Amino acid sequence: MKADATLDCVGLYCPMPIYQTAKKIKELKPGQVLEVLADDEGIKEDIPAWCRTTGNELLGIEEAADGYTVYVKKAK
Amino acid sequence: MSEKVTLVVFSGEMDKAMAAFNIAIGAAAMGMEVSMFFTFWGLNIIKKNEGPIKSRGVMRKMLNFMNRGGSKRLPLSRFHMCGLGKWMMGKLMKDAKFPSVDVLIATAKEAGVKFIACTNTMGVMGVSKDAFIPEVDSFGGVAAYMAAAKESQVNLFV
Repeated sequence: MKADATLDCVGLYCPMPIYQTAKKIKELKPGQVLEVLADDEGIKEDIPAWCRTTGNELLGIEEAADGYTVYVKKAK
Repeated sequence: MSEKVTLVVFSGEMDKAMAAFNIAIGAAAMGMEVSMFFTFWGLNIIKKNEGPIKSRGVMRKMLNFMNRGGSKRLPLSRFHMCGLGKWMMGKLMKDAKFPSVDVLIATAKEAGVKFIACTNTMGVMGVSKDAFIPEVDSFGGVAAYMAAAKESQVNLFV
């Protein structure tokens, strides 16, 4: 998946990945995609919940051996 | 209007403070307006680390000497073991790059979380406004808390 910006949250624990995502998404324009890299398993539940609450769109979560890549599309 | 969250922080232990700040930062990241009301032992979390606590009267002086507070002096709620447990927990957290209470306070402020110190407890314990860190937004009582809690969707007591 193609992203407009990348945020590295590897090594960070809750609530920092969510907090950093909220901060970073402010820099993007509506419709742009943010890619978040994380290795805390909590991200699998936290990002969907964060998207539901904030109205941003979750495009997908990719799982690999060393962590997760999450794609979030900024809401209009 | 955005949703609101209120937290009463009654406890003054490091682990409980971390839980409270984690929730506050998470809620702020989700676009909610967060207010943290610090009362009783919770006031210790937002006391300055430097200098003595000035107060009048022998009993208050004794209390403020024993209950000095400050983000760096908070004990663990379990396994404190005269500081040994806290030292070990601090080391584990540092290894895991988990933010300290100081960092959590700074992050919460950056996220727009409001800190309110309870004037009632301050009066009883003889702690003046200048004992607190500048991050404290206001000093209020139960009415300030109730007004905020009534309008909030989430309300927690830590």
